[in-house]
Amino acid sequence: MTEMFRDKIDVSLTVNGEPVEARVPAGQHMIDFLRLELGLTGAHVSCEHGVCGACTIRVDGDAVRGCLMLAAQADGAEVWTVEGLTDTNAISDLQDAFVARNALQCGFCTPGMLVAAEELLSKGDVPSRAEIREHLSGNYCRCTGYEAIIDAVESVAQGRAGKGKT
Amino acid sequence: MKASAGGYARAESVGHALDLLAGSDGQGRVLAGGQSLIAAMNMRLSVGDLLVDISKISELSGVIVSGGTLRIGALTRHAQVGASQVVRTHAPLLTDAVSHIAHAAIRNRGTMGGALAHADPAAEFPACALALGATMHSEGPEGARAIPAEDFFEEVFTTALKEDEILTSMTLPVAEEGEVQILEEVARRSGDYALVGLCLVKRASGHRVSLFSVGPKPILATVAMAALDAGDLEAAVDAVSSEIDPPSDTQASAAYRRHLAGVLLRRAVARLKGDTA
Repeated sequence: MTEMFRDKIDVSLTVNGEPVEARVPAGQHMIDFLRLELGLTGAHVSCEHGVCGACTIRVDGDAVRGCLMLAAQADGAEVWTVEGLTDTNAISDLQDAFVARNALQCGFCTPGMLVAAEELLSKGDVPSRAEIREHLSGNYCRCTGYEAIIDAVESVAQGRAGKGKT
Repeated sequence: MKASAGGYARAESVGHALDLLAGSDGQGRVLAGGQSLIAAMNMRLSVGDLLVDISKISELSGVIVSGGTLRIGALTRHAQVGASQVVRTHAPLLTDAVSHIAHAAIRNRGTMGGALAHADPAAEFPACALALGATMHSEGPEGARAIPAEDFFEEVFTTALKEDEILTSMTLPVAEEGEVQILEEVARRSGDYALVGLCLVKRASGHRVSLFSVGPKPILATVAMAALDAGDLEAAVDAVSSEIDPPSDTQASAAYRRHLAGVLLRRAVARLKGDTA
Protein backbone atom coordinates (compact mmCIF):
# COMPACT_ATOMS: atom_id res chain seq x y z
CA MET A 1 0.00 0.00 0.00
CA THR A 2 2.90 2.35 0.63
CA GLU A 3 3.43 2.73 -3.13
CA MET A 4 0.94 5.61 -2.76
CA PHE A 5 3.89 7.52 -1.30
CA ARG A 6 6.81 8.74 -3.41
CA ASP A 7 10.38 9.42 -2.40
CA LYS A 8 10.80 11.72 -5.43
CA ILE A 9 8.10 14.26 -6.24
CA ASP A 10 7.54 16.23 -9.43
CA VAL A 11 6.98 19.93 -8.87
CA SER A 12 6.23 22.81 -11.21
CA LEU A 13 6.64 26.33 -9.84
CA THR A 14 8.02 29.75 -10.67
CA VAL A 15 11.17 31.05 -9.04
CA ASN A 16 12.01 34.72 -9.45
CA GLY A 17 9.56 34.92 -12.31
CA GLU A 18 10.93 31.96 -14.26
CA PRO A 19 9.22 28.60 -14.62
CA VAL A 20 10.97 25.67 -12.91
CA GLU A 21 10.18 21.99 -13.22
CA ALA A 22 12.01 19.54 -11.04
CA ARG A 23 11.89 16.17 -9.31
CA VAL A 24 12.71 16.66 -5.64
CA PRO A 25 13.45 14.24 -2.76
CA ALA A 26 10.55 13.91 -0.30
CA GLY A 27 12.51 15.30 2.65
CA GLN A 28 14.31 18.16 0.90
CA HIS A 29 13.44 21.58 2.25
CA MET A 30 12.94 24.56 0.01
CA ILE A 31 16.22 26.26 0.83
CA ASP A 32 18.34 23.25 -0.08
CA PHE A 33 16.38 23.00 -3.33
CA LEU A 34 16.96 26.68 -4.14
CA ARG A 35 20.64 26.59 -3.18
CA LEU A 36 21.74 23.15 -4.34
CA GLU A 37 19.54 22.60 -7.39
CA LEU A 38 18.97 26.13 -8.68
CA GLY A 39 22.20 27.74 -7.44
CA LEU A 40 20.30 30.51 -5.68
CA THR A 41 22.55 30.89 -2.64
CA GLY A 42 21.19 34.24 -1.44
CA ALA A 43 18.89 32.79 1.19
CA HIS A 44 21.02 31.01 3.76
CA VAL A 45 20.78 27.69 5.56
CA SER A 46 21.52 28.14 9.21
CA CYS A 47 19.55 26.73 12.15
CA GLU A 48 17.20 24.60 10.02
CA HIS A 49 14.49 24.64 12.64
CA GLY A 50 12.81 27.96 12.05
CA VAL A 51 14.51 30.01 14.73
CA CYS A 52 17.05 32.22 12.97
CA GLY A 53 15.26 33.60 9.90
CA ALA A 54 18.32 33.47 7.61
CA CYS A 55 16.38 31.36 5.10
CA THR A 56 13.38 33.70 4.82
CA ILE A 57 11.98 33.79 1.26
CA ARG A 58 8.74 34.94 -0.32
CA VAL A 59 6.24 32.25 -1.29
CA ASP A 60 2.89 33.23 -2.82
CA GLY A 61 3.32 36.75 -1.46
CA ASP A 62 4.18 35.76 2.12
CA ALA A 63 7.55 35.80 3.87
CA VAL A 64 8.15 32.22 5.01
CA ARG A 65 10.87 30.06 6.47
CA GLY A 66 12.51 28.23 3.59
CA CYS A 67 13.75 25.54 5.98
CA LEU A 68 10.23 24.81 7.26
CA MET A 69 8.71 24.17 3.86
CA LEU A 70 9.42 21.12 1.74
CA ALA A 71 10.32 21.62 -1.90
CA ALA A 72 7.60 19.03 -2.59
CA GLN A 73 5.05 21.48 -1.18
CA ALA A 74 6.08 24.20 -3.64
CA ASP A 75 4.14 22.75 -6.57
CA GLY A 76 2.27 25.65 -8.15
CA ALA A 77 3.95 28.22 -5.93
CA GLU A 78 5.38 31.60 -6.86
CA VAL A 79 8.72 31.90 -5.12
CA TRP A 80 10.95 34.96 -4.83
CA THR A 81 14.42 35.07 -3.35
CA VAL A 82 16.74 37.99 -2.75
CA GLU A 83 18.29 37.41 -6.18
CA GLY A 84 15.00 38.03 -7.98
CA LEU A 85 14.01 40.91 -5.74
CA THR A 86 17.41 42.47 -6.51
CA ASP A 87 17.20 41.93 -10.28
CA THR A 88 13.75 43.52 -10.46
CA ASN A 89 14.82 46.48 -8.31
CA ALA A 90 11.87 45.67 -6.06
CA ILE A 91 13.83 46.39 -2.90
CA SER A 92 16.66 48.62 -4.10
CA ASP A 93 15.67 51.45 -1.74
CA LEU A 94 15.75 49.02 1.18
CA GLN A 95 19.12 47.63 0.10
CA ASP A 96 20.52 51.15 -0.27
CA ALA A 97 19.23 52.03 3.18
CA PHE A 98 20.89 48.94 4.69
CA VAL A 99 24.20 50.14 3.26
CA ALA A 100 23.66 53.77 4.23
CA ARG A 101 22.69 52.89 7.79
CA ASN A 102 25.35 50.22 8.35
CA ALA A 103 22.58 47.69 8.80
CA LEU A 104 24.82 44.80 7.87
CA GLN A 105 28.30 43.68 8.74
CA CYS A 106 28.93 40.04 7.81
CA GLY A 107 25.74 39.99 5.74
CA PHE A 108 24.68 36.45 6.62
CA CYS A 109 21.28 37.49 7.95
CA THR A 110 20.71 40.21 5.36
CA PRO A 111 18.81 38.31 2.63
CA GLY A 112 16.33 37.06 5.23
CA MET A 113 16.12 40.47 6.87
CA LEU A 114 15.35 42.10 3.52
CA VAL A 115 12.54 39.68 2.67
CA ALA A 116 11.02 39.95 6.16
CA ALA A 117 11.31 43.75 6.23
CA GLU A 118 9.85 44.10 2.73
CA GLU A 119 6.77 42.16 3.83
CA LEU A 120 6.17 44.73 6.57
CA LEU A 121 6.89 47.68 4.27
CA SER A 122 4.61 46.32 1.56
CA LYS A 123 1.60 46.85 3.84
CA GLY A 124 1.97 50.53 3.02
CA ASP A 125 1.81 52.06 6.48
CA VAL A 126 4.73 53.67 8.26
CA PRO A 127 5.33 51.18 11.08
CA SER A 128 6.54 52.30 14.48
CA ARG A 129 9.99 51.22 15.61
CA ALA A 130 8.28 48.79 17.98
CA GLU A 131 6.33 47.29 15.10
CA ILE A 132 9.49 46.96 13.00
CA ARG A 133 11.26 45.31 15.93
CA GLU A 134 8.39 42.91 16.45
CA HIS A 135 8.16 42.02 12.76
CA LEU A 136 11.88 41.29 12.61
CA SER A 137 11.92 39.44 15.95
CA GLY A 138 12.23 36.15 14.09
CA ASN A 139 15.41 37.19 12.26
CA TYR A 140 18.67 36.94 14.13
CA CYS A 141 21.61 39.26 13.47
CA ARG A 142 24.78 38.57 15.45
CA CYS A 143 26.66 41.67 14.24
CA THR A 144 24.69 44.87 14.29
CA GLY A 145 22.70 44.94 17.50
CA TYR A 146 19.59 45.54 15.38
CA GLU A 147 19.31 49.30 15.89
CA ALA A 148 20.85 50.06 12.50
CA ILE A 149 18.53 47.56 10.81
CA ILE A 150 15.51 49.21 12.40
CA ASP A 151 16.88 52.61 11.34
CA ALA A 152 17.14 51.39 7.76
CA VAL A 153 13.63 49.90 7.64
CA GLU A 154 12.14 52.97 9.30
CA SER A 155 13.86 55.34 6.86
CA VAL A 156 12.54 53.37 3.88
CA ALA A 157 9.02 53.34 5.30
CA GLN A 158 9.18 57.10 5.73
CA GLY A 159 10.77 57.53 2.31
CA ARG A 160 8.11 55.52 0.56
CA ALA A 161 5.42 57.49 2.36
CA GLY A 162 7.05 60.69 1.10
CA LYS A 163 7.79 61.89 4.59
CA GLY A 164 11.48 61.21 4.90
CA LYS A 165 14.72 62.26 3.33
CA THR A 166 15.83 58.83 2.08
CA MET B 1 20.51 18.60 9.97
CA LYS B 2 18.59 17.24 7.03
CA ALA B 3 15.18 15.61 7.21
CA SER B 4 14.71 11.97 6.39
CA ALA B 5 11.21 11.40 5.08
CA GLY B 6 10.02 7.92 4.13
CA GLY B 7 7.78 9.27 1.40
CA TYR B 8 5.38 11.99 0.42
CA ALA B 9 1.88 12.15 -1.02
CA ARG B 10 -0.26 15.19 -1.73
CA ALA B 11 -3.85 14.69 -0.60
CA GLU B 12 -6.49 16.12 -2.94
CA SER B 13 -9.38 15.82 -0.49
CA VAL B 14 -10.14 14.72 3.05
CA GLY B 15 -11.23 11.32 1.75
CA HIS B 16 -7.99 10.95 -0.19
CA ALA B 17 -5.98 11.94 2.88
CA LEU B 18 -7.78 9.30 4.96
CA ASP B 19 -7.04 6.67 2.30
CA LEU B 20 -3.38 7.67 2.36
CA LEU B 21 -3.24 7.43 6.15
CA ALA B 22 -4.97 4.06 6.05
CA GLY B 23 -2.42 2.85 3.50
CA SER B 24 0.62 4.03 5.39
CA ASP B 25 1.06 0.97 7.62
CA GLY B 26 1.13 3.20 10.69
CA GLN B 27 3.96 5.32 9.31
CA GLY B 28 1.66 8.10 8.11
CA ARG B 29 2.13 11.62 9.38
CA VAL B 30 -0.18 14.50 8.49
CA LEU B 31 1.70 17.49 7.09
CA ALA B 32 -0.19 20.79 7.24
CA GLY B 33 1.72 24.05 7.69
CA GLY B 34 4.80 22.11 8.72
CA GLN B 35 6.09 24.71 11.14
CA SER B 36 6.58 22.15 13.90
CA LEU B 37 6.74 18.91 11.90
CA ILE B 38 9.42 20.00 9.42
CA ALA B 39 11.50 21.47 12.24
CA ALA B 40 11.25 18.12 14.05
CA MET B 41 12.14 16.28 10.83
CA ASN B 42 15.16 18.53 10.24
CA MET B 43 16.31 17.79 13.78
CA ARG B 44 15.79 14.05 13.13
CA LEU B 45 13.33 13.87 15.99
CA SER B 46 10.99 12.33 13.46
CA VAL B 47 12.49 9.99 10.85
CA GLY B 48 11.02 7.94 8.04
CA ASP B 49 7.52 9.39 8.13
CA LEU B 50 5.20 8.85 5.20
CA LEU B 51 3.98 12.42 4.80
CA VAL B 52 0.34 13.03 3.94
CA ASP B 53 0.37 16.65 2.76
CA ILE B 54 -3.09 18.07 3.40
CA SER B 55 -2.04 21.68 2.92
CA LYS B 56 -3.74 22.01 -0.50
CA ILE B 57 -7.19 20.86 0.66
CA SER B 58 -8.99 24.18 0.33
CA GLU B 59 -12.22 23.02 2.01
CA LEU B 60 -10.32 22.78 5.32
CA SER B 61 -9.53 26.49 5.37
CA GLY B 62 -11.66 29.44 6.33
CA VAL B 63 -13.80 31.03 9.00
CA ILE B 64 -17.61 30.84 9.10
CA VAL B 65 -20.23 32.02 11.60
CA SER B 66 -23.64 30.45 11.63
CA GLY B 67 -26.29 30.18 14.30
CA GLY B 68 -24.17 31.36 17.20
CA THR B 69 -21.27 29.07 16.30
CA LEU B 70 -17.90 30.07 14.92
CA ARG B 71 -16.23 27.40 12.80
CA ILE B 72 -12.56 27.71 11.91
CA GLY B 73 -11.18 25.29 9.36
CA ALA B 74 -8.14 23.33 10.49
CA LEU B 75 -5.94 24.66 7.70
CA THR B 76 -6.66 28.31 8.47
CA ARG B 77 -3.24 29.82 8.94
CA HIS B 78 -2.29 31.68 12.10
CA ALA B 79 -1.91 34.90 10.11
CA GLN B 80 -5.42 34.44 8.67
CA VAL B 81 -6.90 33.84 12.13
CA GLY B 82 -5.09 36.94 13.37
CA ALA B 83 -6.32 39.13 10.50
CA SER B 84 -9.91 37.87 10.51
CA GLN B 85 -12.43 40.49 11.55
CA VAL B 86 -14.94 37.71 12.16
CA VAL B 87 -12.59 36.05 14.64
CA ARG B 88 -11.82 39.40 16.29
CA THR B 89 -15.54 40.00 16.78
CA HIS B 90 -16.58 36.55 17.96
CA ALA B 91 -13.44 35.07 19.57
CA PRO B 92 -11.00 37.90 20.35
CA LEU B 93 -8.98 35.51 22.52
CA LEU B 94 -7.78 33.80 19.35
CA THR B 95 -6.82 37.14 17.78
CA ASP B 96 -4.75 37.92 20.86
CA ALA B 97 -3.21 34.47 20.85
CA VAL B 98 -1.91 34.85 17.30
CA SER B 99 0.28 37.81 18.25
CA HIS B 100 2.06 35.55 20.76
CA ILE B 101 2.67 32.65 18.36
CA ALA B 102 6.24 32.54 17.08
CA HIS B 103 7.14 35.08 14.39
CA ALA B 104 5.44 36.60 11.35
CA ALA B 105 7.03 34.22 8.83
CA ILE B 106 5.95 31.19 10.87
CA ARG B 107 2.42 32.56 11.35
CA ASN B 108 2.19 32.85 7.56
CA ARG B 109 2.38 29.07 7.16
CA GLY B 110 1.48 27.51 10.50
CA THR B 111 -2.13 26.37 10.77
CA MET B 112 -4.54 26.47 13.68
CA GLY B 113 -5.46 22.82 13.25
CA GLY B 114 -1.80 21.87 13.14
CA ALA B 115 -1.19 23.64 16.43
CA LEU B 116 -4.20 21.93 18.03
CA ALA B 117 -3.32 18.46 16.74
CA HIS B 118 0.36 18.88 17.62
CA ALA B 119 -0.70 19.71 21.20
CA ASP B 120 2.50 21.34 22.33
CA PRO B 121 1.90 22.06 26.03
CA ALA B 122 3.38 25.55 25.56
CA ALA B 123 1.10 26.43 22.64
CA GLU B 124 -1.57 29.12 22.87
CA PHE B 125 -4.42 27.69 20.75
CA PRO B 126 -5.02 24.53 22.82
CA ALA B 127 -5.43 26.60 25.99
CA CYS B 128 -7.71 29.03 24.12
CA ALA B 129 -9.83 26.08 22.98
CA LEU B 130 -10.20 24.95 26.59
CA ALA B 131 -11.06 28.40 27.89
CA LEU B 132 -13.61 28.99 25.14
CA GLY B 133 -15.23 25.57 25.49
CA ALA B 134 -14.45 24.70 21.88
CA THR B 135 -15.17 21.45 20.09
CA MET B 136 -12.69 19.67 17.80
CA HIS B 137 -14.07 18.02 14.68
CA SER B 138 -12.31 15.11 13.05
CA GLU B 139 -12.83 12.78 10.12
CA GLY B 140 -11.74 9.18 10.06
CA PRO B 141 -12.56 5.81 8.49
CA GLU B 142 -15.37 5.41 11.02
CA GLY B 143 -16.80 8.81 10.14
CA ALA B 144 -16.85 12.21 11.75
CA ARG B 145 -16.35 12.82 15.47
CA ALA B 146 -16.89 15.89 17.63
CA ILE B 147 -14.51 15.98 20.60
CA PRO B 148 -14.83 18.59 23.38
CA ALA B 149 -11.57 20.43 24.03
CA GLU B 150 -11.57 19.10 27.60
CA ASP B 151 -11.30 15.55 26.26
CA PHE B 152 -9.04 16.35 23.30
CA PHE B 153 -5.70 17.21 24.89
CA GLU B 154 -4.30 14.15 26.65
CA GLU B 155 -0.55 14.43 27.10
CA VAL B 156 2.56 16.10 25.66
CA PHE B 157 2.03 16.06 21.87
CA THR B 158 -0.87 13.62 22.36
CA THR B 159 -4.55 14.15 21.59
CA ALA B 160 -7.70 12.06 21.38
CA LEU B 161 -7.24 11.86 17.60
CA LYS B 162 -6.60 8.31 16.40
CA GLU B 163 -3.74 7.64 14.00
CA ASP B 164 -6.12 7.31 11.07
CA GLU B 165 -8.09 10.47 11.84
CA ILE B 166 -7.62 14.06 10.69
CA LEU B 167 -8.66 17.20 12.53
CA THR B 168 -10.89 19.17 10.17
CA SER B 169 -12.15 22.15 12.16
CA MET B 170 -12.78 23.72 15.53
CA THR B 171 -16.14 25.17 16.53
CA LEU B 172 -16.86 27.46 19.43
CA PRO B 173 -19.75 29.50 20.74
CA VAL B 174 -19.52 33.10 19.57
CA ALA B 175 -18.78 35.59 22.33
CA GLU B 176 -21.98 36.74 24.00
CA GLU B 177 -22.85 40.38 24.67
CA GLY B 178 -20.51 41.70 27.34
CA GLU B 179 -18.22 38.65 27.30
CA VAL B 180 -14.56 39.43 27.99
CA GLN B 181 -11.67 37.29 26.76
CA ILE B 182 -8.12 37.95 27.91
CA LEU B 183 -4.81 36.25 27.21
CA GLU B 184 -1.71 36.92 29.31
CA GLU B 185 1.65 35.27 28.89
CA VAL B 186 5.25 35.70 29.91
CA ALA B 187 8.05 34.80 27.50
CA ARG B 188 11.65 35.93 27.63
CA ARG B 189 11.67 37.20 24.05
CA SER B 190 8.97 37.98 21.51
CA GLY B 191 7.93 34.75 19.82
CA ASP B 192 9.51 32.43 22.39
CA TYR B 193 7.47 29.70 23.95
CA ALA B 194 5.58 30.97 26.99
CA LEU B 195 7.13 30.36 30.39
CA VAL B 196 3.52 30.44 31.55
CA GLY B 197 0.37 31.59 29.81
CA LEU B 198 -3.18 32.13 30.99
CA CYS B 199 -6.55 32.62 29.31
CA LEU B 200 -9.44 34.22 31.17
CA VAL B 201 -12.96 34.26 29.79
CA LYS B 202 -15.84 35.94 31.60
CA ARG B 203 -19.35 35.05 30.53
CA ALA B 204 -22.77 35.45 32.10
CA SER B 205 -22.44 31.84 33.25
CA GLY B 206 -19.16 32.54 35.05
CA HIS B 207 -15.40 32.64 34.66
CA ARG B 208 -13.22 30.21 32.74
CA VAL B 209 -9.46 30.07 33.31
CA SER B 210 -7.01 27.91 31.37
CA LEU B 211 -3.24 27.76 31.61
CA PHE B 212 -0.51 26.60 29.25
CA SER B 213 3.17 25.77 29.57
CA VAL B 214 2.48 24.57 33.12
CA GLY B 215 2.49 20.80 32.60
CA PRO B 216 2.05 18.07 29.98
CA LYS B 217 -1.16 19.62 28.64
CA PRO B 218 -3.16 22.81 29.00
CA ILE B 219 -5.49 22.74 31.99
CA LEU B 220 -8.72 24.33 33.12
CA ALA B 221 -8.20 25.82 36.59
CA THR B 222 -11.64 24.88 37.90
CA VAL B 223 -11.00 25.78 41.56
CA ALA B 224 -9.73 29.21 40.55
CA MET B 225 -12.77 29.63 38.28
CA ALA B 226 -15.13 28.94 41.19
CA ALA B 227 -13.18 31.38 43.40
CA LEU B 228 -13.48 34.10 40.73
CA ASP B 229 -17.21 33.38 40.42
CA ALA B 230 -17.40 33.95 44.20
CA GLY B 231 -15.53 37.22 43.80
CA ASP B 232 -12.50 36.04 45.79
CA LEU B 233 -9.38 36.98 43.80
CA GLU B 234 -6.95 35.98 46.57
CA ALA B 235 -8.43 32.50 46.76
CA ALA B 236 -8.29 32.28 42.96
CA VAL B 237 -4.61 33.25 42.91
CA ASP B 238 -3.86 30.64 45.58
CA ALA B 239 -5.85 28.06 43.67
CA VAL B 240 -4.28 28.70 40.30
CA SER B 241 -0.82 28.24 41.78
CA SER B 242 -1.73 24.94 43.40
CA GLU B 243 -3.87 23.54 40.57
CA ILE B 244 -0.84 23.32 38.28
CA ASP B 245 2.15 21.00 38.49
CA PRO B 246 4.66 22.79 36.30
CA PRO B 247 8.08 21.43 35.34
CA SER B 248 11.44 22.97 36.20
CA ASP B 249 13.68 23.40 33.20
CA THR B 250 16.43 25.66 31.89
CA GLN B 251 13.87 28.41 31.28
CA ALA B 252 12.18 28.58 34.67
CA SER B 253 11.79 26.67 37.91
CA ALA B 254 8.48 25.11 38.90
CA ALA B 255 8.22 27.55 41.82
CA TYR B 256 8.71 30.51 39.49
CA ARG B 257 6.05 29.17 37.12
CA ARG B 258 3.59 28.80 40.01
CA HIS B 259 4.34 32.38 41.00
CA LEU B 260 3.88 33.59 37.43
CA ALA B 261 0.53 31.84 37.14
CA GLY B 262 -0.77 33.93 40.05
CA VAL B 263 0.75 37.10 38.62
CA LEU B 264 -0.88 36.48 35.25
CA LEU B 265 -4.25 35.84 36.86
CA ARG B 266 -4.00 39.14 38.74
CA ARG B 267 -3.08 40.95 35.52
CA ALA B 268 -5.95 39.34 33.64
CA VAL B 269 -8.48 40.18 36.34
CA ALA B 270 -7.17 43.76 36.44
CA ARG B 271 -7.73 44.02 32.66
CA LEU B 272 -11.17 42.51 33.14
CA LYS B 273 -12.02 45.34 35.49
CA GLY B 274 -10.55 47.89 33.13
CA ASP B 275 -7.54 48.68 35.31
CA THR B 276 -4.20 49.12 33.64
CA ALA B 277 -2.16 46.80 35.80
